[in-house]
Formats: sequence, structure tokens, C-alpha cells
Amino acid sequence: MIRSPLFTILLIIICLPICAKNIHVGTKYPHQKIKKALSEVVDGDTIVIHEGTYKEGNIIIQKKITLLGINNPVLDGEKKYEILSIKSSGVIVQGLIIQNSGFSTLDDPGGIKIYNCDNVIIKNNELSNNFFGIYLQQANHCKIENNRIHANGVEEQLIGNGIHCWKSDSIIIVGNKINGHRDGIYFEFVTNSIIWRNISFANIRYGLHFMFSNDDAYISNVFKNNGAGVSVMFTHRVKMFNNYFINNWGDAAYGLLLKEISDSYILHNRFINNTSGIYMEGTNRILVEHNAFNENGWGMKIQASCMDNIIRENNFIGNTFDISTNGTLVLNTFNENYWDKYEGYDLDKDKFGDVPYRPLSLFSVMVESNSSLMLLFRSFMVSLLDKSEKIIPSLTPENFIDNKPRMHSVVI
Amino acid sequence: MNRIIKFVILDILRNKIILFYTLLLAILSFSMFSLEDNESKGLLSLLNLILLNVPLVAIIFSTIYIYNSSEFIELLISQPIKRNKIWISLFLGLNTSLVISFIIGAGIPILLYSPNLIGIILIIIGCIISVIFTSLAFLCSIISRDKAKGIGMSILIWLFFSLLFDGLIMFLLFQLADYPLENWIAIIAALNPIDLSRIVILLQLDLSAMLGFTGAVFKQTFGTSWGILISSSLLILWMIIPFMISLIKFNKKDH
Repeated sequence: MIRSPLFTILLIIICLPICAKNIHVGTKYPHQKIKKALSEVVDGDTIVIHEGTYKEGNIIIQKKITLLGINNPVLDGEKKYEILSIKSSGVIVQGLIIQNSGFSTLDDPGGIKIYNCDNVIIKNNELSNNFFGIYLQQANHCKIENNRIHANGVEEQLIGNGIHCWKSDSIIIVGNKINGHRDGIYFEFVTNSIIWRNISFANIRYGLHFMFSNDDAYISNVFKNNGAGVSVMFTHRVKMFNNYFINNWGDAAYGLLLKEISDSYILHNRFINNTSGIYMEGTNRILVEHNAFNENGWGMKIQASCMDNIIRENNFIGNTFDISTNGTLVLNTFNENYWDKYEGYDLDKDKFGDVPYRPLSLFSVMVESNSSLMLLFRSFMVSLLDKSEKIIPSLTPENFIDNKPRMHSVVI
Repeated sequence: MNRIIKFVILDILRNKIILFYTLLLAILSFSMFSLEDNESKGLLSLLNLILLNVPLVAIIFSTIYIYNSSEFIELLISQPIKRNKIWISLFLGLNTSLVISFIIGAGIPILLYSPNLIGIILIIIGCIISVIFTSLAFLCSIISRDKAKGIGMSILIWLFFSLLFDGLIMFLLFQLADYPLENWIAIIAALNPIDLSRIVILLQLDLSAMLGFTGAVFKQTFGTSWGILISSSLLILWMIIPFMISLIKFNKKDH
């Protein structure tokens, strides 16, 4: 038999996971309290929590352990405490129902709050009626997966966000369903992260709120019926692919609000039935391609502060106004879009209209300069004005034009 | 009085123009609903058509009818009937037939395609607009004895309310853009029955979010129960006052 120190070390490494023990917590088990079990575990152990309701105040995890719920155990914060505070890297929380966290605007208690640590996995939990759902603070390489997060927020200042990430890096947020919070998902100073396949609906403010978060992507999410839609601000290099922005109606609601964004991509998204599909302000070098704008009040509102954006191969169907802008300076390019209001013809049969299309209606330009004019919205006078402007354009910006409008919609 | 009303209604219903009007409304409404893919858009397009056509037909048809029945009126005056009764029953008869043809022509399609509150409001507004413009027609035809002048006046009134008034509002909005007078201009706009009806319907639709600040002002002023009271009393005043003036003039008229 070989007896070398190397072999012994190898054996220990192989056996280490086997050595990790499971500690059961539940009414029928030796431990009735999670806190008691926590004091006995060492790194690598698993606490298995069985059915029942646990009201133990604030549970602080400072060891690298797994919390595993069996048959949906409930952790209740009695509206007084933060429920789970994770202060160690490598913690896994799975299968718990976490409800009724405390409310405080001073220290922002959450259902689950992760403090300055890495590699935490939060999976398959239900978080209901918490102030903040899941709160990440300086956490890196964490994964938030398949959680159901809901609350019954009424007023913005009385409820926190569903998933709140602050100063983190490389976060993955997948397959969560969030409603009734202030913002569904909130990112501030979060980099290199991905938001994928989440459904964020009926939140009081934004479905997704993005600030100072560079190099992130959000893909295949659904944002619907949120108070103000989705807002992406002060960020570079964001990728927005295959998302749905639906039914964000209201005086200050936008499907997607972009403010001070640059070098980003908006591809293959659907904007359906929003007051404004996309609202752009101070946005530079963005590619908007293969998106569908259907049944919106305004398809896109592009402020004059935007430049070098390319808007190509999109479908604009059934919007009240396709585009509006607030100035005469146009530094953006429109090309090969499909406009359902286009009335031109295609003699050479190359599937592109032979006459350029001007997507800006006179009324939408006038409304931008004097919003009270909406008083005359849909009146006979306004339709006459629009018609005459279409025939002899004189007041709308000269170069606001799609030179190659499509005859048929793009397949998206 | 009832007999005069009955006579007027029967006389109008036999008229080919009113049949044509009913048919036109029906074709327009059915085609609007089948052209647009959802009923709220159909309602909106129909609203535009109703607000353009109904006042035009109501005011011109009524003016012409009154001028044409001047001999009949003279005959009635020679009978022992009160002048009030003649004029009122003429008014009621004309209104009833116009409202009936509106309900058949536009009301039925609306109820078929969009049987909800907005649809019902649109029908009510169509009827009210018919009555208002008939009432204005009575005023036009009593002011001038000359038929051409009277018809010209009624066309001018229609043009004013459906086009020129909006131009005036636009002018005011641009001239006074620097002053916080939106509320006042909204109230001025409400003085036009056509604008008021359009905004009342728009406020009921989802689109009201697009009206922004002015929409909020309107909702505050005309969306509350007080507001509904105010706007409906405005409309009722429009129905009654022009007719009352014409009634006084008719009573004093000497030939």
C-alpha cells in the first residue's frame, strides 16, 4: 500500500463532501430552531428545514452552508425583522417561503439580504410581502434563480424593490417572477451581469430599473403592466434582446425609457400597447433593429439630444404616432423600416418603396412644442393639417426621413 | 300637438333623404368596425365620422325642411292653434325622426360591435349632437326669411363648430403658450359641443393617457361627477337656448 502524504491529502479532499453533515430542523426533529442548528454547523454542512412556520427574527448566516427547505417551510419576519442575512460566501438558499420582513427606510431590510460576499445561490424560493425581496450589496458571482417574489405595495415610498442589486459584479438573474414591488429588478453599479427569462409585472414604478450599470444584458424578459415600464439610465454597452414590453399605459409610462445610454443594442424586442414604446434622451450610438412597435401611443419618442443612433428594419404597426421629436436637428438614421402608414408604391418590385417616407406627423411635432395642443387630438382640423403636411412638407424637419421604407413587414 | 308631431314625423320618414342618411350611417359604421382590427379603434374612427357628418346633416336638413314647410306652417297659423305649439311640435317631430334614423343607422352597429359603456355614450352623444344642430337650424331659419341666406348661415355654423373653432383654439394655444392658461383654454374648448363630445369620448378610452397634462385638466374638470353634470348641462343649454330664441322670434313674427 502506498503511504505518501500526497495520497492522504487526496483522500481527505475526496472524502470532504461526504464528511459534510445534514442537520434537520423541524417539529419532529432534534432541532426545532434554525438558529440553534446554525450554531452547530460548520462550513459545508446543510441545514434541512422541514415543514412549519419559523418566527426567529433575524437569521444571520456567517458560514458557508446550504439552507434547504423541504415541503415549503415558512420563515416569518413578523413585519419587524430582516429575515435572512447572508454574510458568508458560497451560501445556497433553496425551497423556502420567506415572508413579512420588517419595514425601515434607514437600513432597508430585505427578505434575503446578501452582504459583501460571493458565489451565493438563491433558488426556488417564494418571497412574499417583504420590504425588499432579495437584496444584493457588493456581492459578486451570485445566482438568483426561479424565485417567486410578490408583495402588495400601494405607494412607492412604502415598499422596496423585488430584486435589488447594488455595487455587484457578474450576477445571474434567471427565471424569476416578480410583482407588486416598487421596481421589479433594480440595478445600480452592477456590471457584467445578465437578466434572463424573468417576468416582472404590476410593479408600482418600473419593471426593471437600471442605473450606472455597464456591460449588462437582459434577454427574453417580459415586462408588463408596470406603473412606468422599464428605465435604463446612465449606462454604456447594454444589450437588450428579445424582451417584451407590454401594456405600460399612463401619463408618465414608457415601454422603455433610455436616458444617457451609449453603445448599446436593442434587438428583437416587442413593444406592444405602451403610451410610448421607446423614449430616448441623450442616447448615442445605439442600434435599434428588428423590433416590433405595435399599438403604442407613440412608437418612439426621440429627443433632439440623441445622436448617431441607427433605427433599421423595425415594424411600426398601429401606433397613433410612429415617431415624435422635439427639435429640428436630426442626427439619427432611419432605414429599411416597415411603416403601416406608408402610402408609397414599389414600381421596380425590389420590396422597398420608391418614395421616401416621413414618419413624423405635423401634429406630433406641434404637440412636442406645445403639449396643450393634445386638446385637439383626433379633431377634423388636425387631420386636415396632417394631410396637407404629408403632401407638401414644410414644417417637419427635412431630413427626418426613411429613404428605403419596406413594403411588407419584417419577420421578427 | 301630437297630431302635428305625428304628421311631421311621417312626412320626414317618407322623405328619401332621411332614408339615405340612415343607410349612409349604417354603411359607414359597419365598414369602420370591420376595417379596424379592434373595436376601440373602430369606435374612434366612427367618432370622427359622427362628429363630422351628423351635425352637417342635422343642421342642413332641418333648415331646408323648415323653409320647405313654410306654407304648411302658415296654414297651421291660420288655424286656432297656439303658435308655441306649432313651433315646438315641428321641433320635436324633426328631432324624433333624426334621432331615430341615427339610432337605426349608427346605434345598431355600435351596439352589435361594442356593447359597452363607451358605445352607449357614443350613441347618446350622437343623439345630443343631432338635437343641438337641429336647434341651431331653427335659429338660422327664423333669422332670415331668405332660404339661400338661411342655408348659407347654417353651413357657416357647421363649419365654425367643426373646423374654425379648433383653429381658433390652436391660435390661442400658440399665442398664449407662455402663460399658464391651459385650464381656461380647456374650458373655452368645452363651449363647443363637438369638441366637448370628442373629449368626453376620448377620456373614456385608453388613449386619455396620451392627452397628458391637458387630459388631466379635463379629467379633473369634466371626469368627476360634478364635471359630468357640468358638461351635460352645457350640452342641454346648447339644445335649448337656440331653440328658445327661435321660439320667441317665431311668436313675434308677423308674416
